[in-house]
Amino acid sequence: MSAQGETTPTTAEAAVPVRRVKVRRPVTAYWHAVAAIAWKDVRAEIRSRELINSMLLFTLMTVMIFSLALELDSNARQTTVTGVLWVTIVFAGLLGLSRSLASEKDKGSLDGLLLAPIARSALFFGKMIGNLLFVLVIALVLMVLLTVLFNITLLRPLLLLLVVLGSIGFTTIGTLLSSMSVHARSRETLLPILLMPVVLPIVISAVRGSTAVLNEMPSQDWLPWVQLLFMADVIYIAASYALFDYVVEE
Amino acid sequence: MAYSEKRTKILMGLTYAAAVLFVLAMLMNFFYVGPERQQGEAQRIFYVHLSSFLGSFLAFGAAVVAGIAYLRSRNPKWDTLGHSAVEIGLGFSTITIVTGMAWARPIWNTWWTWDPRLTSVTIMWLAYAAYMMLRTGIEDPERRRRFAAVYAIVAFASVLYTIIIIRVRPDTIHPVVAGPTQAEPEGSFEVSGRIRDTLFFNMFTFTVITVVLVWHRIRLENFSERVARRKMEVLADL
Repeated sequence: MSAQGETTPTTAEAAVPVRRVKVRRPVTAYWHAVAAIAWKDVRAEIRSRELINSMLLFTLMTVMIFSLALELDSNARQTTVTGVLWVTIVFAGLLGLSRSLASEKDKGSLDGLLLAPIARSALFFGKMIGNLLFVLVIALVLMVLLTVLFNITLLRPLLLLLVVLGSIGFTTIGTLLSSMSVHARSRETLLPILLMPVVLPIVISAVRGSTAVLNEMPSQDWLPWVQLLFMADVIYIAASYALFDYVVEE
Repeated sequence: MAYSEKRTKILMGLTYAAAVLFVLAMLMNFFYVGPERQQGEAQRIFYVHLSSFLGSFLAFGAAVVAGIAYLRSRNPKWDTLGHSAVEIGLGFSTITIVTGMAWARPIWNTWWTWDPRLTSVTIMWLAYAAYMMLRTGIEDPERRRRFAAVYAIVAFASVLYTIIIIRVRPDTIHPVVAGPTQAEPEGSFEVSGRIRDTLFFNMFTFTVITVVLVWHRIRLENFSERVARRKMEVLADL
Protein backbone atom coordinates (compact mmCIF):
# COMPACT_ATOMS: atom_id res chain seq x y z
CA MET A 1 0.00 0.00 0.00
CA SER A 2 2.90 2.29 0.72
CA ALA A 3 3.65 2.11 -3.00
CA GLN A 4 0.71 4.35 -3.69
CA GLY A 5 2.59 7.43 -2.74
CA GLU A 6 5.67 6.36 -4.65
CA THR A 7 3.99 6.07 -8.02
CA THR A 8 2.89 9.65 -8.20
CA PRO A 9 4.35 11.69 -5.39
CA THR A 10 1.63 14.33 -5.68
CA THR A 11 -1.08 11.87 -4.73
CA ALA A 12 0.55 10.83 -1.48
CA GLU A 13 -1.49 13.05 0.81
CA ALA A 14 -4.78 12.52 -0.95
CA ALA A 15 -4.32 8.76 -1.26
CA VAL A 16 -5.58 7.58 2.07
CA PRO A 17 -8.91 9.36 2.44
CA VAL A 18 -9.88 8.95 -1.23
CA ARG A 19 -9.25 5.24 -1.17
CA ARG A 20 -11.32 4.75 1.95
CA VAL A 21 -14.24 6.59 0.46
CA LYS A 22 -14.12 4.91 -2.94
CA VAL A 23 -13.30 1.36 -1.94
CA ARG A 24 -15.73 0.59 0.83
CA ARG A 25 -17.53 -2.28 -0.80
CA PRO A 26 -14.84 -5.01 -1.21
CA VAL A 27 -15.56 -7.88 1.11
CA THR A 28 -12.09 -8.98 2.03
CA ALA A 29 -8.65 -7.51 2.35
CA TYR A 30 -7.74 -9.33 -0.86
CA TRP A 31 -10.30 -7.53 -2.97
CA HIS A 32 -9.56 -4.33 -1.13
CA ALA A 33 -5.96 -4.61 -2.33
CA VAL A 34 -7.06 -5.44 -5.88
CA ALA A 35 -9.34 -2.42 -6.00
CA ALA A 36 -6.69 -0.17 -4.46
CA ILE A 37 -4.13 -1.05 -7.13
CA ALA A 38 -6.61 -0.73 -9.99
CA TRP A 39 -7.87 2.58 -8.61
CA LYS A 40 -4.30 3.84 -8.23
CA ASP A 41 -3.64 3.18 -11.92
CA VAL A 42 -6.88 4.80 -12.99
CA ARG A 43 -6.29 7.87 -10.86
CA ALA A 44 -2.70 8.29 -12.03
CA GLU A 45 -4.01 8.08 -15.57
CA ILE A 46 -6.83 10.57 -14.97
CA ARG A 47 -4.26 13.04 -13.66
CA SER A 48 -1.60 12.59 -16.31
CA ARG A 49 -3.72 11.41 -19.26
CA GLU A 50 -0.42 10.31 -20.76
CA LEU A 51 -1.38 6.85 -21.87
CA ILE A 52 -5.01 7.32 -22.80
CA ASN A 53 -4.22 10.26 -25.05
CA SER A 54 -1.57 8.40 -26.99
CA MET A 55 -3.76 5.32 -27.21
CA LEU A 56 -6.68 7.38 -28.54
CA LEU A 57 -4.56 9.16 -31.11
CA PHE A 58 -3.03 5.88 -32.14
CA THR A 59 -6.51 4.41 -32.53
CA LEU A 60 -7.63 7.28 -34.71
CA MET A 61 -4.57 6.95 -36.93
CA THR A 62 -4.90 3.19 -37.24
CA VAL A 63 -8.51 3.48 -38.36
CA MET A 64 -7.45 6.12 -40.89
CA ILE A 65 -4.67 3.93 -42.24
CA PHE A 66 -7.02 0.99 -42.53
CA SER A 67 -9.65 2.88 -44.45
CA LEU A 68 -7.06 4.42 -46.77
CA ALA A 69 -5.07 1.23 -47.30
CA LEU A 70 -8.05 -1.07 -47.84
CA GLU A 71 -10.11 1.44 -49.86
CA LEU A 72 -13.29 -0.09 -48.56
CA ASP A 73 -16.60 0.16 -50.34
CA SER A 74 -19.78 -0.30 -48.36
CA ASN A 75 -19.99 -4.07 -48.96
CA ALA A 76 -16.38 -4.72 -48.04
CA ARG A 77 -16.80 -2.62 -44.90
CA GLN A 78 -19.52 -4.87 -43.61
CA THR A 79 -17.19 -7.86 -43.60
CA THR A 80 -13.93 -6.20 -42.59
CA VAL A 81 -15.06 -3.74 -39.94
CA THR A 82 -14.76 -6.25 -37.09
CA GLY A 83 -11.25 -7.12 -38.23
CA VAL A 84 -10.35 -3.43 -38.18
CA LEU A 85 -11.95 -3.14 -34.74
CA TRP A 86 -10.00 -6.01 -33.22
CA VAL A 87 -6.65 -5.32 -34.82
CA THR A 88 -6.87 -1.75 -33.55
CA ILE A 89 -7.90 -2.85 -30.05
CA VAL A 90 -4.95 -5.25 -29.91
CA PHE A 91 -2.38 -2.74 -31.16
CA ALA A 92 -3.64 0.09 -28.97
CA GLY A 93 -3.89 -2.32 -26.05
CA LEU A 94 -0.28 -3.35 -26.57
CA LEU A 95 0.76 0.27 -26.04
CA GLY A 96 -1.04 0.33 -22.71
CA LEU A 97 0.20 -3.08 -21.57
CA SER A 98 3.84 -2.37 -22.27
CA ARG A 99 3.60 0.93 -20.36
CA SER A 100 1.64 -0.49 -17.44
CA LEU A 101 4.45 -2.45 -15.79
CA ALA A 102 7.36 -0.70 -17.45
CA SER A 103 6.47 2.58 -15.77
CA GLU A 104 6.17 0.85 -12.38
CA LYS A 105 9.58 -0.70 -12.86
CA ASP A 106 11.28 2.46 -14.10
CA LYS A 107 9.98 4.54 -11.20
CA GLY A 108 10.95 1.82 -8.76
CA SER A 109 7.39 1.51 -7.47
CA LEU A 110 7.19 -2.13 -8.55
CA ASP A 111 9.45 -3.03 -5.62
CA GLY A 112 7.10 -1.15 -3.33
CA LEU A 113 4.13 -3.07 -4.65
CA LEU A 114 5.97 -6.36 -4.26
CA LEU A 115 6.95 -5.50 -0.69
CA ALA A 116 3.37 -4.68 0.25
CA PRO A 117 1.83 -7.31 2.54
CA ILE A 118 -0.73 -8.46 -0.03
CA ALA A 119 -1.09 -11.60 -2.11
CA ARG A 120 0.85 -11.43 -5.36
CA SER A 121 -2.25 -12.43 -7.27
CA ALA A 122 -4.03 -9.39 -5.83
CA LEU A 123 -1.33 -7.28 -7.44
CA PHE A 124 -1.91 -9.14 -10.70
CA PHE A 125 -5.67 -8.67 -10.71
CA GLY A 126 -5.28 -5.02 -9.74
CA LYS A 127 -2.96 -4.36 -12.65
CA MET A 128 -5.13 -6.43 -14.96
CA ILE A 129 -8.32 -4.58 -14.05
CA GLY A 130 -6.54 -1.27 -14.60
CA ASN A 131 -5.39 -2.40 -18.04
CA LEU A 132 -8.82 -3.80 -18.83
CA LEU A 133 -10.46 -0.46 -18.08
CA PHE A 134 -8.08 1.34 -20.45
CA VAL A 135 -8.69 -1.21 -23.20
CA LEU A 136 -12.45 -0.99 -22.71
CA VAL A 137 -12.38 2.80 -22.95
CA ILE A 138 -10.40 2.52 -26.18
CA ALA A 139 -12.77 -0.13 -27.51
CA LEU A 140 -15.83 2.00 -26.75
CA VAL A 141 -14.34 5.06 -28.43
CA LEU A 142 -13.29 2.91 -31.35
CA MET A 143 -16.77 1.46 -31.75
CA VAL A 144 -18.30 4.92 -31.83
CA LEU A 145 -15.61 6.04 -34.27
CA LEU A 146 -16.18 3.12 -36.62
CA THR A 147 -19.93 3.55 -36.39
CA VAL A 148 -19.54 7.13 -37.56
CA LEU A 149 -16.78 6.65 -40.12
CA PHE A 150 -17.89 3.33 -41.60
CA ASN A 151 -21.62 3.97 -41.21
CA ILE A 152 -22.21 0.60 -39.55
CA THR A 153 -23.90 0.44 -36.16
CA LEU A 154 -21.40 -1.33 -33.95
CA LEU A 155 -22.89 -0.43 -30.60
CA ARG A 156 -25.03 -3.49 -30.02
CA PRO A 157 -25.39 -5.41 -26.76
CA LEU A 158 -24.02 -8.66 -28.21
CA LEU A 159 -21.04 -6.94 -29.78
CA LEU A 160 -20.33 -5.23 -26.47
CA LEU A 161 -20.42 -8.63 -24.76
CA LEU A 162 -17.91 -9.99 -27.30
CA VAL A 163 -15.68 -6.95 -26.85
CA VAL A 164 -15.74 -7.33 -23.06
CA LEU A 165 -14.99 -11.07 -23.22
CA GLY A 166 -12.21 -10.59 -25.76
CA SER A 167 -10.68 -7.71 -23.80
CA ILE A 168 -10.68 -9.75 -20.59
CA GLY A 169 -8.72 -12.56 -22.23
CA PHE A 170 -6.38 -10.14 -23.97
CA THR A 171 -5.54 -8.08 -20.89
CA THR A 172 -5.23 -11.11 -18.59
CA ILE A 173 -2.57 -12.83 -20.63
CA GLY A 174 -1.14 -9.45 -21.65
CA THR A 175 -0.58 -8.39 -18.04
CA LEU A 176 1.11 -11.70 -17.25
CA LEU A 177 3.41 -11.50 -20.27
CA SER A 178 4.19 -7.80 -19.87
CA SER A 179 5.34 -8.47 -16.32
CA MET A 180 7.82 -10.86 -17.94
CA SER A 181 8.87 -8.67 -20.83
CA VAL A 182 9.75 -5.68 -18.62
CA HIS A 183 12.86 -7.57 -17.59
CA ALA A 184 14.01 -8.17 -21.14
CA ARG A 185 16.66 -6.24 -22.98
CA SER A 186 14.32 -5.09 -25.75
CA ARG A 187 11.01 -5.06 -23.95
CA GLU A 188 9.06 -3.07 -26.55
CA THR A 189 9.69 -5.64 -29.26
CA LEU A 190 9.47 -8.70 -27.06
CA LEU A 191 5.98 -8.11 -25.69
CA PRO A 192 4.16 -8.21 -29.07
CA ILE A 193 6.14 -11.30 -30.06
CA LEU A 194 5.23 -13.09 -26.84
CA LEU A 195 1.65 -11.90 -26.78
CA MET A 196 0.48 -12.31 -30.38
CA PRO A 197 0.58 -16.11 -30.69
CA VAL A 198 -1.13 -16.63 -27.35
CA VAL A 199 -3.78 -14.01 -27.97
CA LEU A 200 -4.51 -14.96 -31.60
CA PRO A 201 -7.10 -17.64 -30.70
CA ILE A 202 -8.99 -14.99 -28.75
CA VAL A 203 -8.75 -12.44 -31.56
CA ILE A 204 -9.88 -14.98 -34.17
CA SER A 205 -12.85 -16.05 -32.06
CA ALA A 206 -13.79 -12.44 -31.34
CA VAL A 207 -13.54 -11.37 -35.00
CA ARG A 208 -15.58 -14.32 -36.27
CA GLY A 209 -18.16 -13.93 -33.55
CA SER A 210 -18.46 -10.18 -34.11
CA THR A 211 -18.82 -10.61 -37.87
CA ALA A 212 -21.58 -13.16 -37.37
CA VAL A 213 -23.40 -10.87 -34.94
CA LEU A 214 -22.97 -7.88 -37.23
CA ASN A 215 -24.41 -9.69 -40.23
CA GLU A 216 -27.34 -10.79 -38.10
CA MET A 217 -26.69 -14.46 -38.51
CA PRO A 218 -28.63 -17.03 -36.44
CA SER A 219 -27.38 -17.74 -32.94
CA GLN A 220 -25.71 -21.05 -33.83
CA ASP A 221 -23.22 -19.04 -35.88
CA TRP A 222 -21.98 -16.81 -33.11
CA LEU A 223 -22.77 -18.77 -29.95
CA PRO A 224 -19.81 -21.20 -30.35
CA TRP A 225 -17.47 -18.22 -30.56
CA VAL A 226 -18.88 -16.71 -27.39
CA GLN A 227 -18.44 -20.06 -25.66
CA LEU A 228 -14.89 -20.40 -26.98
CA LEU A 229 -14.05 -16.88 -25.79
CA PHE A 230 -15.54 -17.57 -22.37
CA MET A 231 -13.55 -20.81 -22.12
CA ALA A 232 -10.33 -19.09 -23.17
CA ASP A 233 -10.92 -16.33 -20.59
CA VAL A 234 -11.40 -18.84 -17.80
CA ILE A 235 -8.29 -20.80 -18.82
CA TYR A 236 -6.13 -17.69 -19.11
CA ILE A 237 -7.33 -16.22 -15.82
CA ALA A 238 -6.65 -19.52 -14.03
CA ALA A 239 -3.24 -19.89 -15.66
CA SER A 240 -2.24 -16.31 -14.85
CA TYR A 241 -3.46 -16.67 -11.27
CA ALA A 242 -1.29 -19.76 -10.85
CA LEU A 243 1.77 -18.46 -12.69
CA PHE A 244 2.03 -14.79 -11.72
CA ASP A 245 3.66 -15.64 -8.36
CA TYR A 246 6.53 -17.27 -10.19
CA VAL A 247 6.97 -14.35 -12.57
CA VAL A 248 7.35 -11.61 -9.95
CA GLU A 249 9.17 -13.44 -7.17
CA GLU A 250 12.48 -11.78 -6.39
CA MET B 1 30.68 -34.23 -13.58
CA ALA B 2 31.64 -36.23 -16.58
CA TYR B 3 28.99 -37.79 -18.70
CA SER B 4 28.77 -41.42 -17.63
CA GLU B 5 30.05 -44.15 -19.98
CA LYS B 6 26.94 -46.21 -19.50
CA ARG B 7 24.51 -43.48 -20.41
CA THR B 8 26.53 -42.57 -23.49
CA LYS B 9 26.38 -46.21 -24.58
CA ILE B 10 22.61 -46.37 -24.10
CA LEU B 11 22.18 -43.15 -26.06
CA MET B 12 24.38 -44.39 -28.91
CA GLY B 13 22.44 -47.66 -29.01
CA LEU B 14 19.16 -45.74 -29.15
CA THR B 15 20.53 -43.49 -31.89
CA TYR B 16 21.41 -46.46 -34.10
CA ALA B 17 18.05 -48.04 -33.33
CA ALA B 18 16.29 -44.82 -34.33
CA ALA B 19 18.24 -44.68 -37.61
CA VAL B 20 17.33 -48.28 -38.46
CA LEU B 21 13.69 -47.68 -37.48
CA PHE B 22 13.58 -44.59 -39.68
CA VAL B 23 14.89 -46.47 -42.72
CA LEU B 24 12.37 -49.26 -42.07
CA ALA B 25 9.55 -46.75 -41.70
CA MET B 26 10.48 -45.08 -45.00
CA LEU B 27 10.63 -48.48 -46.74
CA MET B 28 7.18 -49.26 -45.36
CA ASN B 29 5.83 -45.91 -46.54
CA PHE B 30 7.04 -46.46 -50.08
CA PHE B 31 6.88 -50.22 -50.62
CA TYR B 32 4.85 -52.04 -47.98
CA VAL B 33 1.71 -49.92 -48.07
CA GLY B 34 -0.16 -49.42 -51.32
CA PRO B 35 -1.46 -46.13 -52.68
CA GLU B 36 -4.61 -44.92 -50.96
CA ARG B 37 -7.94 -45.32 -52.75
CA GLN B 38 -8.87 -41.65 -53.21
CA GLN B 39 -5.60 -39.76 -52.86
CA GLY B 40 -3.21 -42.15 -54.60
CA GLU B 41 0.52 -41.78 -54.09
CA ALA B 42 0.28 -38.35 -52.45
CA GLN B 43 -1.15 -39.94 -49.34
CA ARG B 44 2.18 -41.61 -48.51
CA ILE B 45 3.49 -38.40 -46.99
CA PHE B 46 0.71 -38.52 -44.43
CA TYR B 47 2.58 -41.09 -42.31
CA VAL B 48 5.46 -38.67 -41.82
CA HIS B 49 3.07 -35.73 -41.45
CA LEU B 50 1.07 -37.19 -38.56
CA SER B 51 4.08 -38.82 -36.90
CA SER B 52 6.09 -35.62 -36.88
CA PHE B 53 3.12 -33.84 -35.32
CA LEU B 54 3.11 -36.56 -32.69
CA GLY B 55 6.81 -35.86 -32.15
CA SER B 56 6.21 -32.14 -31.68
CA PHE B 57 3.24 -32.85 -29.40
CA LEU B 58 5.38 -35.11 -27.21
CA ALA B 59 8.19 -32.57 -27.14
CA PHE B 60 5.94 -29.65 -26.26
CA GLY B 61 4.19 -31.80 -23.66
CA ALA B 62 7.60 -32.62 -22.16
CA ALA B 63 8.33 -28.87 -22.09
CA VAL B 64 5.17 -28.28 -20.02
CA VAL B 65 6.06 -31.07 -17.60
CA ALA B 66 9.61 -29.70 -17.38
CA GLY B 67 8.24 -26.19 -16.82
CA ILE B 68 6.03 -27.28 -13.92
CA ALA B 69 8.83 -29.39 -12.46
CA TYR B 70 11.26 -26.48 -12.72
CA LEU B 71 8.91 -24.06 -10.98
CA ARG B 72 8.43 -26.58 -8.18
CA SER B 73 11.99 -27.84 -7.71
CA ARG B 74 14.16 -25.03 -9.17
CA ASN B 75 16.53 -27.65 -10.51
CA PRO B 76 18.20 -26.26 -13.68
CA LYS B 77 18.19 -29.69 -15.30
CA TRP B 78 14.44 -29.33 -15.84
CA ASP B 79 15.06 -26.11 -17.68
CA THR B 80 17.58 -27.85 -19.92
CA LEU B 81 14.95 -30.47 -20.71
CA GLY B 82 12.34 -27.80 -21.43
CA HIS B 83 14.65 -25.80 -23.68
CA SER B 84 15.80 -28.90 -25.57
CA ALA B 85 12.28 -30.22 -25.97
CA VAL B 86 10.98 -26.94 -27.40
CA GLU B 87 13.82 -26.79 -29.94
CA ILE B 88 13.15 -30.34 -31.10
CA GLY B 89 9.40 -29.76 -31.09
CA LEU B 90 9.83 -26.65 -33.21
CA GLY B 91 11.81 -28.72 -35.73
CA PHE B 92 9.13 -31.40 -35.83
CA SER B 93 6.29 -28.93 -36.24
CA THR B 94 8.21 -27.38 -39.15
CA ILE B 95 8.33 -30.85 -40.73
CA THR B 96 4.60 -31.21 -40.09
CA ILE B 97 3.87 -27.92 -41.85
CA VAL B 98 6.20 -28.59 -44.81
CA THR B 99 4.93 -32.13 -45.41
CA GLY B 100 1.39 -30.83 -45.07
CA MET B 101 2.06 -28.23 -47.76
CA ALA B 102 3.61 -30.84 -50.05
CA TRP B 103 0.49 -32.96 -49.61
CA ALA B 104 -1.91 -30.05 -50.02
CA ARG B 105 -0.52 -29.01 -53.44
CA PRO B 106 -1.86 -32.06 -55.35
CA ILE B 107 -4.89 -32.67 -53.09
CA TRP B 108 -6.21 -29.17 -52.40
CA ASN B 109 -4.48 -27.64 -55.43
CA THR B 110 -2.78 -25.02 -53.27
CA TRP B 111 0.24 -24.94 -50.97
CA TRP B 112 -1.51 -23.00 -48.28
CA THR B 113 -5.00 -22.02 -47.28
CA TRP B 114 -6.28 -20.24 -44.18
CA ASP B 115 -8.08 -23.25 -42.89
CA PRO B 116 -8.67 -23.33 -39.10
CA ARG B 117 -6.23 -26.21 -38.66
CA LEU B 118 -3.50 -24.56 -40.69
CA THR B 119 -4.03 -21.30 -38.84
CA SER B 120 -3.86 -22.96 -35.45
CA VAL B 121 -0.70 -24.90 -36.28
CA THR B 122 0.87 -21.62 -37.43
CA ILE B 123 -0.09 -20.06 -34.11
CA MET B 124 1.52 -23.01 -32.34
CA TRP B 125 4.73 -22.61 -34.33
CA LEU B 126 4.78 -18.85 -33.64
CA ALA B 127 4.24 -19.39 -29.91
CA TYR B 128 7.27 -21.64 -29.63
CA ALA B 129 9.35 -19.38 -31.85
CA ALA B 130 8.42 -16.63 -29.36
CA TYR B 131 9.64 -18.93 -26.57
CA MET B 132 13.07 -18.97 -28.21
CA MET B 133 12.99 -15.17 -28.50
CA LEU B 134 12.10 -14.89 -24.81
CA ARG B 135 15.09 -17.03 -23.88
CA THR B 136 17.50 -14.87 -25.83
CA GLY B 137 15.91 -11.68 -24.48
CA ILE B 138 16.38 -12.29 -20.74
CA GLU B 139 19.95 -12.06 -19.46
CA ASP B 140 19.74 -13.18 -15.84
CA PRO B 141 19.93 -17.03 -16.04
CA GLU B 142 17.68 -17.73 -13.06
CA ARG B 143 15.02 -15.37 -14.35
CA ARG B 144 15.36 -16.75 -17.87
CA ARG B 145 14.67 -20.28 -16.62
CA ARG B 146 11.68 -19.12 -14.61
CA PHE B 147 10.12 -17.08 -17.43
CA ALA B 148 10.79 -19.82 -19.97
CA ALA B 149 9.00 -22.33 -17.74
CA VAL B 150 6.00 -20.00 -17.39
CA TYR B 151 5.83 -19.32 -21.11
CA ALA B 152 6.18 -23.01 -22.02
CA ILE B 153 3.09 -23.69 -19.91
CA VAL B 154 1.12 -20.79 -21.44
CA ALA B 155 2.18 -21.68 -25.00
CA PHE B 156 0.86 -25.22 -24.64
CA ALA B 157 -2.62 -23.71 -24.95
CA SER B 158 -1.84 -23.33 -28.67
CA VAL B 159 -1.08 -27.06 -28.96
CA LEU B 160 -4.39 -27.95 -27.34
CA TYR B 161 -6.10 -25.42 -29.60
CA THR B 162 -4.62 -27.16 -32.66
CA ILE B 163 -5.85 -30.56 -31.53
CA ILE B 164 -9.32 -29.38 -30.47
CA ILE B 165 -10.06 -26.96 -33.31
CA ILE B 166 -10.75 -29.47 -36.11
CA ARG B 167 -13.02 -31.44 -33.84
CA VAL B 168 -15.25 -28.46 -33.05
CA ARG B 169 -15.12 -26.40 -36.22
CA PRO B 170 -17.38 -27.74 -38.96
CA ASP B 171 -15.83 -25.66 -41.76
CA THR B 172 -12.35 -27.15 -41.79
CA ILE B 173 -11.20 -29.09 -44.84
CA HIS B 174 -8.38 -30.75 -42.95
CA PRO B 175 -9.07 -34.48 -42.58
CA VAL B 176 -9.55 -35.88 -39.09
CA VAL B 177 -7.99 -39.29 -38.73
CA ALA B 178 -8.88 -40.40 -35.23
CA GLY B 179 -11.71 -39.42 -32.94
CA PRO B 180 -15.12 -37.88 -33.53
CA THR B 181 -15.71 -35.16 -36.11
CA GLN B 182 -18.71 -33.01 -36.88
CA ALA B 183 -19.44 -35.16 -39.92
CA GLU B 184 -19.11 -38.46 -38.12
CA PRO B 185 -19.88 -37.88 -34.46
CA GLU B 186 -19.27 -41.49 -33.57
CA GLY B 187 -15.69 -41.37 -34.72
CA SER B 188 -14.14 -43.75 -37.14
CA PHE B 189 -10.83 -45.32 -37.88
CA GLU B 190 -11.66 -47.24 -41.02
CA VAL B 191 -8.37 -47.88 -42.72
CA SER B 192 -6.90 -50.97 -44.23
CA GLY B 193 -4.64 -53.18 -42.17
CA ARG B 194 -1.52 -52.15 -44.06
CA ILE B 195 -2.21 -48.46 -43.70
CA ARG B 196 -2.77 -48.93 -39.98
CA ASP B 197 0.43 -50.97 -39.58
CA THR B 198 2.46 -48.36 -41.43
CA LEU B 199 0.93 -45.51 -39.48
CA PHE B 200 1.56 -47.09 -36.10
CA PHE B 201 5.09 -48.09 -37.08
CA ASN B 202 5.82 -44.52 -38.19
CA MET B 203 4.36 -43.12 -35.00
CA PHE B 204 6.50 -45.44 -32.91
CA THR B 205 9.60 -44.55 -34.95
CA PHE B 206 9.04 -40.82 -34.55
CA THR B 207 8.50 -41.23 -30.83
CA VAL B 208 11.89 -42.94 -30.55
CA ILE B 209 13.50 -40.27 -32.75
CA THR B 210 12.02 -37.52 -30.57
CA VAL B 211 13.40 -39.08 -27.40
CA VAL B 212 16.83 -39.58 -28.99
CA LEU B 213 17.02 -36.03 -30.34
CA VAL B 214 15.92 -34.45 -27.07
CA TRP B 215 18.47 -36.55 -25.23
CA HIS B 216 21.23 -35.50 -27.63
CA ARG B 217 20.19 -31.87 -27.25
CA ILE B 218 20.33 -32.11 -23.44
CA ARG B 219 23.76 -33.72 -23.68
CA LEU B 220 24.94 -30.93 -25.96
CA GLU B 221 23.69 -28.35 -23.48
CA ASN B 222 25.52 -30.09 -20.63
CA PHE B 223 28.70 -30.22 -22.70
CA SER B 224 28.53 -26.54 -23.56
CA GLU B 225 28.02 -25.74 -19.88
CA ARG B 226 31.08 -27.79 -19.04
CA VAL B 227 33.11 -26.00 -21.67
CA ALA B 228 31.99 -22.65 -20.28
CA ARG B 229 32.97 -23.74 -16.76
CA ARG B 230 36.38 -24.93 -17.92
CA LYS B 231 36.92 -21.65 -19.68
CA MET B 232 36.15 -19.79 -16.46
CA GLU B 233 38.53 -22.03 -14.53
CA VAL B 234 41.33 -21.45 -17.03
CA LEU B 235 40.71 -17.72 -17.00
CA ALA B 236 40.74 -17.73 -13.20
CA ASP B 237 44.12 -19.47 -13.19
CA LEU B 238 45.72 -16.91 -15.47
